[in-house]
Amino acid sequence: MAHIPDGVLSFPVLVTGAVVAVGAVAVGLRRLDEQQIPRVAILAAAFFALSLFSIPIGPSGVHLMLGGMMGLILGLSVFPAVAAALLLQAVMFGFGGLTSLGVNIVNIALPAAIVGGALAPAVARATPARAAFLGGAGAAVSALGTGLMVSASLYLSSSDFAASSRFVAFSYAPLIIVEALVTGFCVSFVKRVKPELLAARAKRLTI
Amino acid sequence: MSLSQAGAHREAGVPLIEALDPRTRLIAAVFLAVAIVSLNGFAAKAGALAFAVALIFMARIDPQLLMRRLAHIEGFMAVLLVLLPLTVEGRALASLGPLSISDRGLERAIHIVLTVNAAAMTALALLGALEPIRLGRAMAALGVSERFVRLVMFIARYQGIFSSEIRRQFDSMRARGFRSSLRRQAFRAYGNLAGMILVRSIERAERVDEAMRCRGFSGRFPLRRVRPMTGADARFALLATIAAIALHALDRLA
Repeated sequence: MAHIPDGVLSFPVLVTGAVVAVGAVAVGLRRLDEQQIPRVAILAAAFFALSLFSIPIGPSGVHLMLGGMMGLILGLSVFPAVAAALLLQAVMFGFGGLTSLGVNIVNIALPAAIVGGALAPAVARATPARAAFLGGAGAAVSALGTGLMVSASLYLSSSDFAASSRFVAFSYAPLIIVEALVTGFCVSFVKRVKPELLAARAKRLTI
Repeated sequence: MSLSQAGAHREAGVPLIEALDPRTRLIAAVFLAVAIVSLNGFAAKAGALAFAVALIFMARIDPQLLMRRLAHIEGFMAVLLVLLPLTVEGRALASLGPLSISDRGLERAIHIVLTVNAAAMTALALLGALEPIRLGRAMAALGVSERFVRLVMFIARYQGIFSSEIRRQFDSMRARGFRSSLRRQAFRAYGNLAGMILVRSIERAERVDEAMRCRGFSGRFPLRRVRPMTGADARFALLATIAAIALHALDRLA
């Protein structure tokens, strides 16, 4: 539900999203070391592939977003990574739109970047169990943030969307729970198998 | 589903759109998307949908692919389409108990269906069969940051590999008796799956990085120079501009 298509949002919302997205992606790219690009790009490809996998839960299935995990591992690079993935998704698969690309980037990457910035140092130091708890909580906050921002994008676009935007916000509840659980176990796994991956940002990702 | 196969949906022969320069297709797609989403009236939006259908024919998009794409988008919008007629204030057209369908809500829903489908079909016609490599080259030629282009190219290259790795790993989980459920163990298994994919991806990234350095990678890929634009590009640019002006003129008049 995070991919808002073309033709739904109003111009002020679209322009705000595009401006914020371009700025954040530019900052994310500038902070990126030339040598880190293959690593960030291949991690972004893995996150993208994971988000395309539908977990068979409930009647249809849930697509993971893994925003919290992306924020923890990629830091500010989450903006260019999400931007590139959403661009490809819009162009190649037709999910999301071209004019709404900026809004969609910000809705997914901004909560992820904030959670990552706030929790990455603590997760890097913590024991696997504590890191799992922090990661799960961060994932829940990130998914909630995306849900609220998607909802707000609709709400701010037209008063006609008032009821729909509330529905969209509540529809994120299952995703928030699934994201928290899966990310918690995922952080615990990575902490035990390859802790450098979660400590990398402290060392500017020279894994 | 794989990005590296995304360009393989074309039928035989060279469709009109395929003969265009990728830069033309990219600029036209963005330009037409903006033109379509800024329409207000019903007539103009219906006209935009007709134009989008014409583009789909010009691009000779496989009807099955078109249906799959549109079904996916309609699935997303089902929420808006059901809720708008029920929740927007207006004259009641029909009512069932506490629920009533308002004329204004229904009108909003129909408008959104027209715009969203017109924009989606336009994007599909112009960009649907564009391989990621050509998209990247076009973006670089248009002055998009070279680092961003490299990111796009890498993601397009490796997404398919990780998708099949996920599928392989999920198949082997099921072969060992894993069943999806709402229990703790199931979520642990999915967390481990995601973790394993991330660990493998960073290990692959290290190998790729080393291989690139061994071959003397200096931080920049030699992006092949793009061919100059042709008369077909000029004609299509003219067509897109006229279509946008005509639709907006119709919007003012109607």
